[in-house]
Amino acid sequence: MTPLARVQERFSTQIIETHSFRGDETAVIRPEALRPVAQFLKEAPELDFNFLMDLSAVDYLFFAGGRIQKPARFEVVYHFFSLKFNHRLRLKVPVDEKAPEVDSLCALWASANWYEREVWDMFGIKFKGHPNLKRILMYEEFQGHALRKDYPFNKRQPLIGPQY
Amino acid sequence: MSALNSPTGFITSSFKHALGWARKFSIFQYPFVTACCGMEYMATNCAHYDQDRFGAGFPRFSPRQSDVLFVVGTISQKMAPVLKTVYDQMCEPKWVVAFGVCTCTGGFYDNYATVMGIDTIIPVDIYIPGCPPRPENVLDGLIKLQEKIQRGEQSRTLYDPHTKTGRPVELQGGYTIEGHIKHIEAKS
Repeated sequence: MTPLARVQERFSTQIIETHSFRGDETAVIRPEALRPVAQFLKEAPELDFNFLMDLSAVDYLFFAGGRIQKPARFEVVYHFFSLKFNHRLRLKVPVDEKAPEVDSLCALWASANWYEREVWDMFGIKFKGHPNLKRILMYEEFQGHALRKDYPFNKRQPLIGPQY
Repeated sequence: MSALNSPTGFITSSFKHALGWARKFSIFQYPFVTACCGMEYMATNCAHYDQDRFGAGFPRFSPRQSDVLFVVGTISQKMAPVLKTVYDQMCEPKWVVAFGVCTCTGGFYDNYATVMGIDTIIPVDIYIPGCPPRPENVLDGLIKLQEKIQRGEQSRTLYDPHTKTGRPVELQGGYTIEGHIKHIEAKS
């Protein structure tokens, strides 16, 4: 049984959609189910996802030139890997524009700490329960979140020197 | 050296010449290395190209002991105040080399994070373009810098992105090479 099938079996009501392509499996889940699903992925002995490989986000504002409307503006994307079983799973969590917040996974995978800070820095998505949620790449004086699609591409915020 | 022909200007003009000659062959550089250009900088410094042939082979890791600031690699907005502090800590006379296109103009980084040329922050004497510049290119820039040091010149202008021209920068401490020469002239 693949990890995706196992998650589907256990959390059938929490999954919005799934996708599988040549062994590359994705599950889009409800935001409130993130913490229990993640805990299950890590602690179930037949899954044993002990490695959070990547955590990122996508801003779907103006996606495909505005032709495709997503239900939520952001998606937070998690890539899990099991060193023991050599299998992978991708989780996606839709995040609303008005209250961009999801649960933190710092308590389960320590590597989530800096990833979540980066997502906060670049996209302005908050992580509930994060021990130290502050900017990691940009400086504290920076206004806004640089990788949001409505951040002006030519906007500069120099700390010193002329403003341009 | 034209002043050599006049009997009154002989000592001071020769002194200026000797001062420039001594300075240009004893460049104590501060390598401010932030990015991939650093590899090319190291290649220039190593035996094959051997920057030490030009008297510039001794990097100092304190700006207070350095004459030339080598800014090697992309400068981000977050790093810019650090670069300015390092520049301010250097004693006069001092020169700045912008090594690679990122330091010259921002290069292909035209985004929220990158400074569009360090000459918006500190005055730059020599621009060495290239991504990264070849060691030959670096040595060419170094020789041009030596010629500039020999002439007793320093850049005193910053680039203004609004007017797209240079604007003069205020001196700190009031030291200039010209002032130094005048001081010696007054004493002799």
